Amino acid sequence: MTARDDVSEALSRQPQWIRDVLLVGGIVLATYALFAVVGLAFGVGVNSIVGTFQQITFFAAVYALTALALNLHWGYTGLFNIGVAGFMAVGAYTMAMLTAAPDGSPPGLGLPLIVGVVGGMIAAAAVGFVAALPALRVRADYFAIVTLGLSEIIRRAMLSRSLRSFELGGYSIGSITVPTVELGTGGGSGIRAPSTDVIANYLLFAGGERGGDPTILGDVLFGLGGALGVTRSIMIQGTYTLVLIGFVVAFYVLLTRIAYSPFGRVLKAIREDELAARSLGKNTNRTKIKVFMLGCALMGLAGILWQGSRTLVSPNNFMPIVTFYIFVALIVGGSGSNTGSIVGGFVFAAFLWEGPRFIRSIARANFDVRAPPTIYDAFASLGSFDPMPLVGYLIGSLDEIRFIFIGVVLIVLMIWRPDGLLGHRKEIAAATDLSRRPAVTDGGETDE
Amino acid sequence: MSTVDVRGRVSDVTGQELVGAFLLLGIVVLVFDLIRQVVVGELSAGLLRSYLWSGIVDSLYIGLAAIGLSMTYSILRFANFSHGDLITTGAFSGWTVAYVIGGAGVAEFSSRILLRADGGAPPGALEMDVLANPLAIVLGLIASAVVTIAVALAIDRLIYRRLRDEGGIPLLIASVGVALALRYLIALFYTTDSRGVVGSAPEWEDPPLLPVEAIDLHEATLVFSAVALMLGVHLLLQYTKLGKSMRAMSDNKDLALITGIPTERVIFATWVIGAGLAGVAGYLIVLDRGTIMINLGWFLLLLIFAAVILGGIGSIYGALAGSLVIGITINLSLVWIPADMNEIAAFALMILVLIFRPDGLFSGVETA
Amino acid sequence: MSDVETEAPADEQTTTETERRSTDAPILEIRDLEKRFGGIVAVDGASFGVERGSITGLIGPNGAGKSTTFNCITGVHTPNAGSVVFDGEEITGLEPHEVANRGLVRTFQIAREFPEMTVLENMMLAPKGQLGESLWRSVAPVARGEVVEQEERMRERAWETLEFFEIDHLAEEYAGNLSGGQRKLLEMARALLTDPEMLLLDEPMAGVNPSLEKKLLGHIHELQAEGYTFLLVEHDMDVIMNHCEHIIVMHQGAVLAEGTADDITSNEEVIEAYLGGDV
Repeated sequence: MTARDDVSEALSRQPQWIRDVLLVGGIVLATYALFAVVGLAFGVGVNSIVGTFQQITFFAAVYALTALALNLHWGYTGLFNIGVAGFMAVGAYTMAMLTAAPDGSPPGLGLPLIVGVVGGMIAAAAVGFVAALPALRVRADYFAIVTLGLSEIIRRAMLSRSLRSFELGGYSIGSITVPTVELGTGGGSGIRAPSTDVIANYLLFAGGERGGDPTILGDVLFGLGGALGVTRSIMIQGTYTLVLIGFVVAFYVLLTRIAYSPFGRVLKAIREDELAARSLGKNTNRTKIKVFMLGCALMGLAGILWQGSRTLVSPNNFMPIVTFYIFVALIVGGSGSNTGSIVGGFVFAAFLWEGPRFIRSIARANFDVRAPPTIYDAFASLGSFDPMPLVGYLIGSLDEIRFIFIGVVLIVLMIWRPDGLLGHRKEIAAATDLSRRPAVTDGGETDE
Repeated sequence: MSTVDVRGRVSDVTGQELVGAFLLLGIVVLVFDLIRQVVVGELSAGLLRSYLWSGIVDSLYIGLAAIGLSMTYSILRFANFSHGDLITTGAFSGWTVAYVIGGAGVAEFSSRILLRADGGAPPGALEMDVLANPLAIVLGLIASAVVTIAVALAIDRLIYRRLRDEGGIPLLIASVGVALALRYLIALFYTTDSRGVVGSAPEWEDPPLLPVEAIDLHEATLVFSAVALMLGVHLLLQYTKLGKSMRAMSDNKDLALITGIPTERVIFATWVIGAGLAGVAGYLIVLDRGTIMINLGWFLLLLIFAAVILGGIGSIYGALAGSLVIGITINLSLVWIPADMNEIAAFALMILVLIFRPDGLFSGVETA
Repeated sequence: MSDVETEAPADEQTTTETERRSTDAPILEIRDLEKRFGGIVAVDGASFGVERGSITGLIGPNGAGKSTTFNCITGVHTPNAGSVVFDGEEITGLEPHEVANRGLVRTFQIAREFPEMTVLENMMLAPKGQLGESLWRSVAPVARGEVVEQEERMRERAWETLEFFEIDHLAEEYAGNLSGGQRKLLEMARALLTDPEMLLLDEPMAGVNPSLEKKLLGHIHELQAEGYTFLLVEHDMDVIMNHCEHIIVMHQGAVLAEGTADDITSNEEVIEAYLGGDV
């Protein structure tokens, strides 16, 4: 309740926020409309269009979550952390190890999901603390390599056969006996843990079991889905995506409050000139450690909500490239702006991530675009004035083209638009409007 | 971490020395344990020798690539994340030339130009080894350098030059974009499949003067080429005017500008040497391992960074020494830890050095 | 500024014997300060004191060790030997923020504004004891009320100080867009908002045009009258000779001479050092 009051209070004080909400909403709706029009024009069914929306929104949400957390590190504080995937892995793995069934392979502790989520966040923050303590003293580019190295160490440790399953405890300290606990990372095959998308089941089904009687929300959503011809499974996934959007809003409110506060001002000062901030009496090291831990906890939570919603938590989902995708999302929106992070996450998900797949499915459904075995054959038929094999090859290689595209977008942004799509945004770090001149107004009005 | 001591005696210097001492102590302990294991018989001398030899071989190709990374880091002032994909570029371009020249008449051109992307005739059928096809292999080696240099210069002109004055971080981010685009542009042509492209290595049985039964000639080619190239770089840096300018610029770019060293020409030379060596490294790695894949360079990148950092960024001899440390670390660590954890040891070493001895393991020693 | 003025007299009544003596003692005392970088000795046993409420100048030819001395005093460098005593307290080797929080605040030779923050944001950063600098207070819904109140009070002071320095018309400009001289003013205004006892100004007149320079000197004298102490490093001899009561001359890392403007101008050694007679 208070959170909502705060949001509305903040909204009334910062008219820019309303504009931001409208901006995000406008971009989202325009994108949906574009996909819908293109899809319907090429005869794509409503079910798969809605399925595409749900995919886009899911990825938009997870990229927005991670971009927001990264924005706290990089955009605000100037901490060039390129080990985001590692901190996400710590969160997701801790969650999985705490909640996996004790008789599973690898075994876990079988604790409730919420314990796993909180534990994962704490673990990610703790790893952040250990990393931050010494690493925050080094130069920005060294810091980048340290964090990348750390994230690779984490991933390789998770991948390693020797940690696939292990035992802890089984010794006694004085009279206290620590029981033996079996745990494991599952090595290359990952770890099977209760998926976080059970939240959707609890919202939609009485008793929280899929296939049980629908709740009121379930009735409404399934009824709506039925009317549009959308399958239940998409509606269930969509509900989890809604939960994620809830988390995006929570992240946004939290980070925006930080941004518009004296704490956020110190963060900005650290980014701009750390020595000057220290010379004004700010304990920048302590602030950096705090903010690094908070950001890592949020990355851990994002890792849990994202990778924890799959049936398996596996090391391959935490490759360094994931960190760079998040960077692309953040840079697209404009680092330093929380609204930008959300817009960036959405644009990345819609146009760089899901867009190419959508095009491929349309092309495959409508045209005969069988891919020749190699690009040589495609060019060979181009010689005989048949462009279709080349088109087919390119459609078939859309994953590679997507990566090229992402790389090019990153380069183009760095050269021509380093402030992101939204451009440079003036967001004043203060808990109150600074522009009011006291002498003019007698200082009489305090809007609280 | 200082502050507590009033006299300010606990400064960074002692902290660094402390960590240095700990590292040294750790190494001494490990060396003693190694000797113990060999004496007791837990570790056979043959196995130890093969670990050390693989360490040296690994350090040679890491070192080739590390020279270029270190040079771009110090002269262009950014951590170039696309350096790994220059290695990949060298591997694919070099082997394509080797295939086009070497496999004529045996396999289809369409298969050779794309390095068996269609799963065509196996490398054994094409006799892709140094004895059967020496000309193709050597021309491939040259092509790997030439093509990689051309690609690197084009990228510099199109992208990095525009960002020259933007500082290290925008350049670093752009280089990540370059890495992605370059790698998947290669993948678009050659596919993402990993595949064998080199025939089984011919061996030289019972070589004189050496305590081994046989020499793998592909490995020998790698060792010989790498050492020769490193020697060449050494001569270039020490005895030519260009080399002296490069050393001056890696020390202090502003000063070099004032003293009239033509910066863009030095940058050009940096790419030529750095990218050329990276391309050759990629080609030689494939010669030694026998297989090629598009993640070849990207997977090596962090190890190369580790070598550069260990040696102290900007020092070419440091980078070579750092490569030796990394090469030995990832192989010799197998004595104590499982094989899938060996890179963890190398990365941990890198992080420790970055934090506690940011000027490199050998800082204080006079280097170029 | 007004805060300092109003609080000071109340304390004076209860000042004890020892405290009175301490006010006579130098506010800043440097003893046998030494700083080496590798084999280079930048500061080599410098000792001097700065009187409370004075404007003291620190001069010397290039490479005399003035900036290094500044950095050692303010915690940017840790000295290899010697001590720094501020207001009767040993502050040798403290971190920069600890030194600043004891009331010894500096500006830089090349102004270090926060370029991507507005002038007002720059100003608002400075005050000490901001509740909202704690993470939970800036986030938790209940605790934020106090933060907002404090922010409003600080805002008033920020505006007043900007008006004092006559840069209030630039308040909402990004600090990076200011001219060199304006940045110097901003940096000094910002330093004042920390409520310092003493200000260390590193070449405050460098890059400042003559009319602004005059204004800045006027401000410094006004602030001196309010009780602030100043130590300035400056190359402009006119500024030093006409405005500093006490002058310290450094040469090759040590103090060569001390005294009034007249003492310094008639000192043979100083003239020789400046003319570069030796080494």
